Amino acid sequence: MLNVKEIRGDFPIFERETRPGVRLVYLDSTATSQKPVSVIEAMNDFYRRSNANIHRGVHTLAEEATALYEDAREKIAKFINAPSARQIIYTRNTTESINLVAYTWARANLKPGDLVILTEMEHHSNLVPWHMLATERGIELDFIPVAEDGLLDMDAYRALLARTPKLVAFTHMSNVLGTINPAAEIIRLARDVGAVTLVDAAQSVPHIAVDAQALGADFLAFSAHKMCGPTGIGVLYGKVELLEAMPPFLGGGDMIKEVKLRSFRPNSIPYKFEAGTPAIAEAVGFGAAVDYLTKIGMTNIAAHEHEITEYALERLEEIPGVKVFGPSADKKGGVASFTLDGVHPHDVAQILDRDGIAVRAGHHCAQPLHEKFGIPASTRASFYLYSMKEEVDALVNGIYTVKKMFG
Amino acid sequence: MDDLYREVIIEHYKNPSYKGKLDPHDISFADNNPLCGDHIQIDLRVDADGKVAEARFDGHGCAISQASADLLVESIIGKPLEEVKQLNKDSVLEMLGIDLGPVRLKCALLSLKVLKAGVYGLGEASDELVE
Repeated sequence: MLNVKEIRGDFPIFERETRPGVRLVYLDSTATSQKPVSVIEAMNDFYRRSNANIHRGVHTLAEEATALYEDAREKIAKFINAPSARQIIYTRNTTESINLVAYTWARANLKPGDLVILTEMEHHSNLVPWHMLATERGIELDFIPVAEDGLLDMDAYRALLARTPKLVAFTHMSNVLGTINPAAEIIRLARDVGAVTLVDAAQSVPHIAVDAQALGADFLAFSAHKMCGPTGIGVLYGKVELLEAMPPFLGGGDMIKEVKLRSFRPNSIPYKFEAGTPAIAEAVGFGAAVDYLTKIGMTNIAAHEHEITEYALERLEEIPGVKVFGPSADKKGGVASFTLDGVHPHDVAQILDRDGIAVRAGHHCAQPLHEKFGIPASTRASFYLYSMKEEVDALVNGIYTVKKMFG
Repeated sequence: MDDLYREVIIEHYKNPSYKGKLDPHDISFADNNPLCGDHIQIDLRVDADGKVAEARFDGHGCAISQASADLLVESIIGKPLEEVKQLNKDSVLEMLGIDLGPVRLKCALLSLKVLKAGVYGLGEASDELVE
């Protein structure tokens, strides 16, 4: 089990009060996680000691900066058990990683009428790029339905596969329901019909041990900022043969081998997809975040979150008027999205904020999923390695305050 | 903060006086706040003198958005459309009697945006209407 008291000591933000006398109760890690001091210091040190642009420079700082940037890539590769670091492409975030696949692989490989399978629980980042491609290319979209219990309807998925999709793109863990989808099985079934697979791992990589090779995913996308790292940097992992066959994404410096006045030859992977000066300090911070999570252990983190989630669901469900969405704690990650009868989630969140409790209210970039459940919005509390049962208690007390005000 | 949930706001949210639809109507307009999914529709009947004879709002959303819609609709009944066109952000804030941060301001002003887009006969509601 984790020593949560000790872990909280690693996160300077927990020292602050949101207003005098009110401690921060941060229950919004699904939106972005807080950052440990080791990550903040790694980026700080980089700017204080090693700052230079990467690649091609021969001076000491440029070499140091390049080494730090590439070391981080190695660490990230190891963290998700990628066969090699060149399969780790730095992007801005998960959204950009998915768009990269939509702009390069999909535009090179999909024709009008080709089928792309998504799910009804996707974040907008794994919907809109495909909507855009459907408009531009005339590809077809279909969706694996979500059942009332928050789980994917796998029989419906098998039926969809009979239509031989070219791509199956799905979230590993829902950012609203918390559902952990059977990714390995989804990928295996897709491969049986020759479909390429893309996993939105924005919520899974930060919270559970993810092994890219064991999953067998063709593409896997995630962001640093949800896993103790900085904003502005994410990753697209891909299989070598796919990445090598794909056209480049953005054009510019660093992504080329050779440039003539009227032509260019693209660089090899991963640089082919990394045009322009990247987020260097952020890559260094990302590496420090991976070190931090590795030191604590993803299995320990997942077990701790499970315990907190189980407790939160139990406490929330005993409040009259509260309805929690998604499956039971054993089938989901550290997310509890709920509605409270007669009170809009925005009002719930605003009143909780008075007690320093940070939750998210709205449709959490998953509007179609909310429509499916017949609600305009929900309030979401989410947990991470630093979350405590006392914080769940504060949330529950806060909800009773809301009920009293709207009583 | 408790100010934000003054009794008058909770009261208008829970028991709005002007919630519903008008059929037939002379003016009807609806819009959403994409941030939180709030939805407001406002229907008006206008008399021969160009005054608002009847008005109703419908929709769903947070206490601030729904209470401000109810207060706004109440305030325009009997007023000439020309006067309705002059309403602005301050008129709504005055009715609510609270100060709002930028996020919640959007909730409070959604009904005014819808109302003015309808009265001006616009195809789309823009934020400039409520500056």
